[in-house]
Amino acid sequence: MARKDRLSGNEAVAEALRQINPDVMAAFPITPSTEIPQYFSKYVAQGKVDSEFIPVESEHSAMSAVIGSQAAGARSVTATSSAGMALMWEELYLAASNRLPCCLTLVNRALSGPININCDHSDSMGARDAGWIQIYAENNQEVYDNLCMAYPIAEHKDVQLPIMICQDGFITSHAVENIILNEDEEVKNFVGEYNPEHCLLDPECPTAVGPYSVTNYYFEAKRAQAEALKNAKQVTLDVAKEYAKITGREYGLFEEYMMEDAEYAVVIIGSAAGTTKEAVDRLRKEGVKAGLIKIRLFRPFPGEEIAEALKNVKAVALMDRTESYNDCCGPLGAEVSTALYRANAKALAVNYVYGLGGRDVKVSDMVNIYNELQKIAEEGKVEEFYRYYGVRS
Amino acid sequence: MSGNGLTEIRWHGRGGQGAKTAALLLADVAFKNDYYVQGFPEYGPERMGAPITAYNRISRREIHVHSNIYHPDYVAVVDEGLLDTVDVTAGLSEDGAIIINTAKTPDEIRPKLGGYKGKVFTIDAKKVSVECLGKNFPNSPMLSAVVKVSDIMPFDEFLAEMENSYAHKFSSKPEVIEGNMNALKMAYEEVKE
Repeated sequence: MARKDRLSGNEAVAEALRQINPDVMAAFPITPSTEIPQYFSKYVAQGKVDSEFIPVESEHSAMSAVIGSQAAGARSVTATSSAGMALMWEELYLAASNRLPCCLTLVNRALSGPININCDHSDSMGARDAGWIQIYAENNQEVYDNLCMAYPIAEHKDVQLPIMICQDGFITSHAVENIILNEDEEVKNFVGEYNPEHCLLDPECPTAVGPYSVTNYYFEAKRAQAEALKNAKQVTLDVAKEYAKITGREYGLFEEYMMEDAEYAVVIIGSAAGTTKEAVDRLRKEGVKAGLIKIRLFRPFPGEEIAEALKNVKAVALMDRTESYNDCCGPLGAEVSTALYRANAKALAVNYVYGLGGRDVKVSDMVNIYNELQKIAEEGKVEEFYRYYGVRS
Repeated sequence: MSGNGLTEIRWHGRGGQGAKTAALLLADVAFKNDYYVQGFPEYGPERMGAPITAYNRISRREIHVHSNIYHPDYVAVVDEGLLDTVDVTAGLSEDGAIIINTAKTPDEIRPKLGGYKGKVFTIDAKKVSVECLGKNFPNSPMLSAVVKVSDIMPFDEFLAEMENSYAHKFSSKPEVIEGNMNALKMAYEEVKE
């Protein structure tokens, strides 16, 4: 039986973690994800979970401890944001290349500088090529569900990679909203026991983790890692299907909203997708064929599937909540443009940078984007591909 | 409540006064009355005494929007000193209302509202709080006034839910529950239009 509740995004993450009952959490607090280890350490103190909580002295140590415990055979988790993730940089790559299916619950926050505590995606997007699976959420319900599905995806024998469960700092992490929670038993059974094929604490099968790789082997190791990430796409779909059986809530690689006959589409990530849905509803009432694609799985990137979903649109806006400093395109802009080019798609594409440092995204902003798309489709050309929305000149 | 079944409320207060807590409590009681809710603060470099904003969306339909609120149906001002520095009526619906914590009457305070033509309510939340709780905690009386003015839910249902929340929140000091309940009831009577 599902339970109706109202929780903030951080509370939802803590609740999912309580139900998952991982073996180890190592974390160092940083705004806006501080509440996650705060609530979870309380559950540890109250004996509501069996987990070992390691209060480390930095995020570098947090991810190092998670790597150590995961390699030992313990299901491990951490939480961080922004500069905290930046301090984990080396370890992010180690977790992925050592094929350790640990979990990072990331609360997206802008990276310095100027220093800022509010939401954008510059932290996780900077780490998009670290080899982690990345899943993003629109609201507290999705971050909760994504976390319940995290370990079954990460630990799958064809994957065995770390997974990043992302939500928007403050916008969802600190907003109380309605949520439907699973029963503890349902989550426990869904996640199951962690039985790694290899681990350090297996005396029957001694193994080394993280040894030097000579040139003769390094490339093959990286190729195998890439194959594992590729496999994560199908596994994400399979796990979502199983999850829907117990919850009734269905998830794909991305969500299509009013896309069936859409002529103008927005591709977007995170909480602004909800605001965009409202814009789509308003425009549809005026007869404008607006549609939305909300990215759920960003790594691996479902390029072919997105190109297929966009095949009939006239114009599409690719929305990046981060700057890439390349004078060319943002991360989402690059991935979708490549996919469209490969598919010989006819859609005219434009790439916006928006919402940096928590700059609010209103329904009227998204209506403006759709209006711009109509203009582009009418003129039949894109003057300026890489552009900014909502920045003062 | 506006035509599409959505009520939007903006709270203005100062860090430490409990405006955020009031918004979260309102979300809580509305949730228990089967509404879809949002309660969230707008974060900046927060510190005690600095102006802060918090928001509520309360709806019969699922809520997708995740922006701040620019055209509220109601505005609650927890600290009347903010009237001099913050444009509290910005975007406020003239069919809605503003509720201000002050000892003044609505007629006395209206000149400070930049020509706002909608309804103005005042509540001396400090007086209510000091009388019922012995201290100045304006958020409970303000919450009561907002529920009364916005008519989001029947007042007796609101009181019943608040008693449950207080019983939970103050389980280690049940002696303060009665004072808080009295503050809610007294504020309901003391709101002036």
